[in-house]
Amino acid sequence: MSVKEYPLWEVFIRSKNGLSHQHAGSLHAVDATMALQGARDVYTRRAEGISLWVVPSIAITASDPVDRGEFFEPTASKVYRHPTFYDIPDEVGHM
Amino acid sequence: MANNSARFHYCLRLADNANVLAHRLCQWSGRGPTLEEDMALSNFGLDLIGQARSLYSYAAVLEGAGQSEDDLAYLRDANRYGNVLLAEYPNGDFAVTLLRHMLYSAFYYPFYVALSSSADEELAAIAAKAEREMAYHLRHSAEWVIRLGDGTEESARRMQQAVKVLWPFTGELFETDHVEEELVASGVAVDPESLREQWGSTVAGVFERAQLSVPQGAWMQSGGRRGEHSEHLGPMLAEMQFLQRSYPEAQW
Repeated sequence: MSVKEYPLWEVFIRSKNGLSHQHAGSLHAVDATMALQGARDVYTRRAEGISLWVVPSIAITASDPVDRGEFFEPTASKVYRHPTFYDIPDEVGHM
Repeated sequence: MANNSARFHYCLRLADNANVLAHRLCQWSGRGPTLEEDMALSNFGLDLIGQARSLYSYAAVLEGAGQSEDDLAYLRDANRYGNVLLAEYPNGDFAVTLLRHMLYSAFYYPFYVALSSSADEELAAIAAKAEREMAYHLRHSAEWVIRLGDGTEESARRMQQAVKVLWPFTGELFETDHVEEELVASGVAVDPESLREQWGSTVAGVFERAQLSVPQGAWMQSGGRRGEHSEHLGPMLAEMQFLQRSYPEAQW
């Protein structure tokens, strides 16, 4: 297998307990074990996380930019979906 | 604590091992086969430089002659270096570099585990940090040895060739001399003989998965502790020490 044929993996890092894994980037690796180690070496050098996921990039189904109009624009006019019309009592604090 | 001189030499040897191997790994920077592996090898090098700095600094304290960590690292000639010959062996191809690292980590991981209960608290603290670093070095380098050994025809041939050239340098890991024997007796140093079984089973396990054969009855090289090095160390140190030699006490 030449380097060009190494599969691509997407890397997700959880920075601390209670937060969700966030996409950090991608890398090439021969298999899942090496992808996890590569992610550790490339993306967590500065103590970025406590948990890693790697996912084969081909397993991700992405939305097509062409569909952006019908997928996302209709929501722009539906401001009532944002719960901004309530008066929050001061004692509730930050939500 | 007594036997400062023995502890100084012991620390210095450990520091030299880490420093020399770190420099070899740094020679891969920008030349790794992939970006991911380039960074992995550089990370290894940086871990080892960290270990070397702690050990040189402590050695300087034990010596009590006013030398700094930099004096010990950059102003000693090859015949004063006490590293094992395995550490100075040239990078060769990717197979040699990764196998060298696996053989080294398979020894120094359990070594630092054991040293973390040293009677010398400073050494124990340095070892506790190094232990985790070496555990990952072993994991990563072993995975590569397995994938290359049990890979393509070419990768298997290169890995078996790497076994052939590096194996004679593994015996030296288990040698001791009067310096170490004195410190083993006082609970400061680790008796390398106590690690032989674990090292052997780690390496045999990796070789089995990699479909590599363990050489039998090979002649073992020796001499690093006594400053008797291969012809490779001098040129490497010349490159590494150039700045401090040419511009003494240069600082960033």
